[in-house]
Amino acid sequence: MYFLKQHRSTLIPIAALLLLSALATGILLFLRQPGGKAVVIMGGNTVMTLPLDRDTQVVLGSGKRTNTLTIRDGCAVMTQASCPDQICIQRGPIQYQGETIVCLPDRLVVRIEGGKPPPQDALPQ
Amino acid sequence: MKAKKIAAYGILIALAMVFSYLESLVPLSLAVPGVKLGLANTVTIFALYRLSFRDACAISLIRVVLVGILFGNIFSLVFSSVGAAVSLAVMFPLSRSAKCGQVLVSVAGGVAHNAGQIIAAIFVTDTYQIAWYFPILCLTGTLAGIGVGLVSTLILRQTAQIRF
Repeated sequence: MYFLKQHRSTLIPIAALLLLSALATGILLFLRQPGGKAVVIMGGNTVMTLPLDRDTQVVLGSGKRTNTLTIRDGCAVMTQASCPDQICIQRGPIQYQGETIVCLPDRLVVRIEGGKPPPQDALPQ
Repeated sequence: MKAKKIAAYGILIALAMVFSYLESLVPLSLAVPGVKLGLANTVTIFALYRLSFRDACAISLIRVVLVGILFGNIFSLVFSSVGAAVSLAVMFPLSRSAKCGQVLVSVAGGVAHNAGQIIAAIFVTDTYQIAWYFPILCLTGTLAGIGVGLVSTLILRQTAQIRF
C-alpha cells in the first residue's frame, strides 16, 4: 500500500482528529434538546424573541435588505432573503437548542434557545 | 517571470477555478451550509510542493478573486480569502516538514479553512455561539481533507518528473 507507507507517521494524528471531531459531533447531536424560542440577533444585539409554539412570520431588516423568518410546526425557518447567496434559506428549518441560521451579509443570526416560551396573553385563537 | 511559469500559472488557476465552479453548482448542505469538498485545494497543494509558497499564495489569491467576481459576491469573496489565507498559513510549514504526508497537510488545511471562516463569521455577526458548529465542520473538514489529500498524493506522484 503506497498510501500507508507514505503516511504511516501521519496516520495517528489524522485518526485522532477524525475520532475526536466525530465524538464531539456525536455528543452534540445526541444531547441536543428541542428549543422553546427563537432569538433574533442583529449585529450582536438581541432584537426579538419568538416562541416556537406559535406560528408567525416576521420581516427582518429594512429597505432593500430584508429577511423573512417564519415560525411553523415548532421550527424556525428563513423563507425569504434579499442577499444573493441564499445561504440562510438553504439552511432549512431549525428547532434544537444551539442551532443557528446565519445571514452574514445582514449580520443576522437566528438562534434556538431552550426554556419555556414566555407566557403569552390569553388571546382567543 | 519566465514564460514557462506564466503558462503553469494559467493552467493551475484555470483548473482551480473549474474545481471551485463545480463545487458551487453542488451545494452540500450537511447541517451547515457551505460545507464543500475543497477540490481546489489539490491545486494549492500541488503548487506548494512543486512551485513555491509565493506561487501557491498567488495562485490561491487569483483563483479566489476570480471565482468571487464570476460566481459569487463580495461576502463570499471575503470569506473565501480568509479560508484560503488561514489554510495556506497552516499548510505551508507542514508541507516543508519531511514527516508530514500530503494527506495530513490537506487535512490540516481543510480544518484550518473551516476554523478561519467560523472565527470570521463570529466577528461579522458578533455572536460567539456560532462556534457550536465547529465540531461538525471539523469532522467534514477532516473527511474532505483525507479525500483531497489522497488525490493530491496521487497527482504529485504521477507528475514527479514535471519541472517548472
